[in-house]
Order: sequence, then structure tokens, then C-alpha cells
Amino acid sequence: MPQLTLVQAINTALAQEMERDDRVLILGEDVGPNGGVFRVTEGLQDKFGKDRVVDTPLDESGIMGSAIGLAIGGMRPIPEIQFEGFLGPAYDQLVNHAARMRTRTRSAITVPMTVRVPVGGGIHAPELHSDSPEAIYTHSPGLKVVMPCTPYDAKGLLLSAIRDPDPVIFFEPKRVYRSYREEVPDEDYTIPIGEAKVVSEGDDITVVTWGAPVFQCLGALDNLPEDVSVELIDLRSIYPLDVDTIVESVKKTGRCVVVHEAPKTAGMGAEISALIQENCFLYLEAPVQRCAGFDTIMPYYKLELEYLPETPRIQNAIEECLAY
Amino acid sequence: MTQASASTSSPRAADRPSDGLSGETLCKWLYDMQLIREFETRTMQAYQQAKIGGFCHIYSGQEACAVGTIKSVEDDDPIVLAYRDHGHALARGLSPRACMAEMYGKLAGCAKGKGGSMHMFDKPHWLFGGHGIVGAQTPLGAGLAFAARYEWEVLGKGKKKVSLCYLGDGAIDQGAFHEALNLVSLFSIPVIYIIENNGYSMGTAIERHTANHDDLISRGKSYGIKSIEIDGFDVLNVYDQFKPFADECRDLQRPGFVDLKTYRYMGHSMSDPQKYRTKDEVETWKEKDSIAALASCLLTPESEGGRGCLSEDDWKSMRKEIAEIVRDAVQFAEDAPAPEVGAELYSDVYINPMPQLSPMGEYTHGEKNPLL
Ligand SMILES: Cc1ncc(C[n+]2csc(CCOP(=O)(O)OP(=O)(O)O)c2C)c(N)n1
Ligand SMILES: [Mg+2]
Repeated sequence: MPQLTLVQAINTALAQEMERDDRVLILGEDVGPNGGVFRVTEGLQDKFGKDRVVDTPLDESGIMGSAIGLAIGGMRPIPEIQFEGFLGPAYDQLVNHAARMRTRTRSAITVPMTVRVPVGGGIHAPELHSDSPEAIYTHSPGLKVVMPCTPYDAKGLLLSAIRDPDPVIFFEPKRVYRSYREEVPDEDYTIPIGEAKVVSEGDDITVVTWGAPVFQCLGALDNLPEDVSVELIDLRSIYPLDVDTIVESVKKTGRCVVVHEAPKTAGMGAEISALIQENCFLYLEAPVQRCAGFDTIMPYYKLELEYLPETPRIQNAIEECLAY
Repeated sequence: MTQASASTSSPRAADRPSDGLSGETLCKWLYDMQLIREFETRTMQAYQQAKIGGFCHIYSGQEACAVGTIKSVEDDDPIVLAYRDHGHALARGLSPRACMAEMYGKLAGCAKGKGGSMHMFDKPHWLFGGHGIVGAQTPLGAGLAFAARYEWEVLGKGKKKVSLCYLGDGAIDQGAFHEALNLVSLFSIPVIYIIENNGYSMGTAIERHTANHDDLISRGKSYGIKSIEIDGFDVLNVYDQFKPFADECRDLQRPGFVDLKTYRYMGHSMSDPQKYRTKDEVETWKEKDSIAALASCLLTPESEGGRGCLSEDDWKSMRKEIAEIVRDAVQFAEDAPAPEVGAELYSDVYINPMPQLSPMGEYTHGEKNPLL
């Protein structure tokens, strides 16, 4: 089995699905000869031609809106937005059309579109190139939101997303793009949207996270005393959310820390804490902790690692929660 | 690339506005253009040494655009632009030290080192940034000009101003720009949209990213806005055409649209393999380099058609002086303190520190911005 990076796994999944289904097409800024800012679509235009890998003008609203049009017209578009910060101009189309089309037409028309967006910090990029807006899109019923962080999961989830009849925002943690490799099978496989993954099993405390912080959490786990047993959950899908896996784990451990890059206030950590107290109130040994970004604008790179939930801060949060 | 065929219909030689400029003024322009070039060269070095983070967009090649247009307006006419902003900031008077320190992410930077390369601000010099979302600055330009007109006409204060809003050829594809054009025409708002048309939107050549690419001014005209094309490689020509245009927009308090043809020498950003163009293409443009052309004009005696206001020795010592200033800016940025986490991570989000604002850190005002 080949060892692939996240970038390569996504590229492979795109190529395989385009091979399999000729209604699949990619559109975005510089996705063609340039292969996108992060080279995720590299080589695909050579392989599938300009009709299927389309370099668009610089117009996110146009890209998103026409992708929705393509989707309701019978295609399987995969628009790429270069950075999460540039979703702004496309927001109207996403939230007011893609998310609502099924309800508006009472399921007569759906939007089978997968929006690929690099997300998150950690690569020394400036503001607008480092944010984590997953909660914003989760708050818009009608959209599915996923954020795989391993190459294996990325391929399986991307294939699910493209085949899904509803719009999926596929967030790609750019910090992991080339920093981690693992074996990714050549064959076609899918990972269902809405299923979390238990990365490590444990009894003392549950850590829930997704995206690049999964790796920071693994670092924190390494630093903890050996007799502390942590259950680490990688959500993979933000919405729909795998409530069962979280609840089952917290019922077992009685303690939970939620870790995310996005600002703390009204982030997904708030939703997950609420779900935990609704579902396992009597099992809790400690308040649910949130270890997150701050309620400020993501700073330029000198302060970036202070803003992000890095290993020491996560370790602290786990220790505090255990000591409660 | 159809750039080479840019229309350059300058007014007749005898009534060129630039003929009235003193040798001193022209030498200052040369100085400013060379300062930008040198600054960018050192910026690239610092970036390659990983002293500068984030993304870094180099202005080399386009110097005549910023200098020629900015020198055509008053020092207190507002300016707003996109992320390729070092050149305009320097031409407007931002200190090279504050500009470099900003890129280094240092507290002495013009945005306290919190913005970086794309966020050059200098309020005392009426420079309203440096913005990263392509095209999003264009309605801001409308608002700035609206404010200036309101101040003069409604509040009865100040004077007639004209605002400059710069954008790239890629940015004209954004919906926001079209909304801005309609608005400024409808309300007769005195802002000039200057499209620094360098022929590329990142890796996509203009003929592949915009419709009707060889007639951009038809867009301005379609909104009823006076629109002109200017060869942006010759700074005197920029001034000759832009100055009367800007004067008229100021006088009549109405908008303008300029397709300013130019070319960038470096990649889109520092991490651009430039697969979309040939080295030959770049070299062809460099042959008519705007700085070399202006220097040669100033060096050539009047009897031979030049301005004869600069000697080889002056030019040499000017370049030496500039190199020294930029070296000093780099050293300053190197030595300047980084933002302090406790004070700067939670600051500058709101005016009033509130206890509940930042759940994981005490909210403060942080350090005073060096430019305020
Ligand atoms: C809304 C938005 N989309 C995409 C980008 C990424 N991006 C930055 S610059 C650029 C190309 C812009 O080209 P142009 O407007 O011609 O300016 P130039 O770089 O040539 O100065 C792109 C696609 C962005 N910053 N903002
Ligand atoms: Mg351009």
C-alpha cells in the first residue's frame, strides 16, 4: 500500500472519483495548470482536461453559485475555495441556496456538491488564511461539515462526500497537508459521514477534537504519566455529529476536554459540552473543559502558536480536568 | 499577453504636465521608485531567510504605478488598496522601518506586527490599508470617498478630495467591484479605481480570467464612469495622463476608472513556481524597466531630449543612500521587540476591555500603535 500525505490522498480520491463518474468536475481559482495553492489538484487537468478541471475567474460567489447550479443541473461539482477566509464572498450562496435547496423544494431538488476548503492555522499564514469557521457552517442546517485529518480518512470521507446527495463542506487542515503520511489503499472505500473515530481507548478522561489538533492532542497524551488512560476521539465529521460515540465515552470516563482551534465562544466545544450535560449529566466527575482559540482575531505568525491549542495547553487542560 | 499593445496616447509633448515638474521633483520620484525596488529586494531576502512569515507579494516592476498616481494627488487624499501594498505605502510616506518591522511581525510595525505584509496601514498619511480579501477593498474605497465628499459638502469642512482605490486585474472579476462601480456612479462619489493590470491573477493570465480582457475600460464606461487606459511602465506618462484625470474627478466630484497597464517581475507571491509564463516574457518587460527609463531620461542632457537634471555621480550616491536606508530598516526590524504575548494576543479587538470578552485571557489594550 502506498504511503500518502493528506494532499496526495485527496488528489488520489479526486482522480479515482473523476474516473468513475464523469459528472464529477472541479472548479476553482488556479486549480488547473497550477494545481491549486496547495497543489491538491496537481496533474488533474492534464488527466481529465479543461472541461472537468476548470480554472475560474477570481469570484467566490460566482464559483459557489455556479457550482450549485451545476449540482441542481445534474452534475457533481467540487468547487475549491483557496482558503477558509475566502468563503466570505461565497457565504450567501452556500447558506442561502446550497443549504436550503432541499427544504425549499421539499426534496424535489438537492445539491450534491462538495466544497473543498483548506482550513486552520499552524503554517505561518496571516489572518484570513488561518481561521477555523466550522461552527459557522454547522449552524446552517442543510450543510454537512467534515474535517478529516489523516490521509486514510480524507480519502474515504471525500468519496462519501462526493457521492452524498447533499452539500458537504470538506475542510482540509492545511497544517497536516504534508506533515504526516500513512498507508492509503488504492481501492475504492468510503468512510460514512457522521462517524467519529476513537484514536486511542482509555478510561480516565475523554478528549474530543478534530482537524490538526488531533496531532497536538496525541503529543499531549505522550507527555502524560503512563497510568493516565485517555480516550481520544477524532470527530472527523463536525455535522452530523457522532453524539453516540462521545456520550458512550464520557459515560465511561466521567471527564471530558474538547479541543479546537476556533475561538472558544460559540465554538463547537460549546455544543459538545451542552450535548454531554444533556446526555450524561449524572456520569460527570468534572465540568467539561474547553481548550480552544481565543476570542480575538487570529494573529500574524509570531503569536500564532500562542493562539492555537498547542500540546502544553492541551496537557494542562487534561491535567486540570483530571484533578477536579 | 496583450499588454504590450497598451495605448499610450500621451498629450502632445509641448503641453505635457510633467514638463512643468522641477528636476528636484523628478529626482525625488526616481528616489521613491528605487527605494521601493531596493526595499522589495531586501524583503525577498528576509523572506527566504524565514525572517518574514505569512505571504509576501512583491511589487517590483510596478513602481511607476504607485509613484505616478500617488504623486498626482494631494498628501491627504485617502488611499485604500489590496495586499501588494509595500510600494504604495512607501510612496505615501510610510517609514521603511515601520514597513519592514510589520513584515517581521514586530511591535514597531505599522500594525504592531499583527498584520504582516498584506496589511500596511498609515493613518497619518491617509493610507487605509492593505487588505487581503481580493476586491473587498473596492466598496471601502467608495465609502472613504463618500466620507470625504460628505465632510466637504454636508459638514462644510475640509476641501474637495479625490480618493484612490487600487485593485488588480484579478479583482475586477469580483462581484463587490461591480457593486462599488454602480454605487459610485449613481451617487457621483469621487473615487478613482486604479486597476493595476499586470496581466495575471495569480497563475491565470488575464485572457483566461476575464471577459473582454482587452477592453477593460468598457466596464467603467458601462456604468457611466469616465474611464481611461494608461501605460503604467512610464512614470512621466502616468503622471501626464493621470494628473489631469484626477484633477477633474476632484473638481467635478465624480468617480473615475483607470486601466493602468503594468507587469510584475516576481512571482505572484514568494511561493510561486511561475509555470504560467516564460522567462523570456519577464525579460522582455524588464528591458523597458521604469526605473532605468526614468534614470536615463534624467541623466540625458536637455539638448538630447532628456531632462539633464541628474549626474551619474548623483545617481550612484542616491542608490547608495537608499541601500543604506533599507539596510537600516532591516536592522531595525531585526532588533525590534516581538509583540508580547500577554499584552498583545488579546488586545485591539474592541475599545472597551470587558471582563467577559476573552474567556481565556485578560483583555487589554496592548501597546499603543506606533503610528497613532
Ligand atoms: C476573496 C479572495 N479570493 C482569493 C484570494 C487569493 N488570491 C490572492 S491574490 C489573488 C490574485 C489576484 O490577482 P490581481 O487582482 O490581479 O492582483 P495582483 O496579485 O496581480 O497584484 C488571489 C486569487 C484572496 N486573497 N481573496
Ligand atoms: Mg494581476
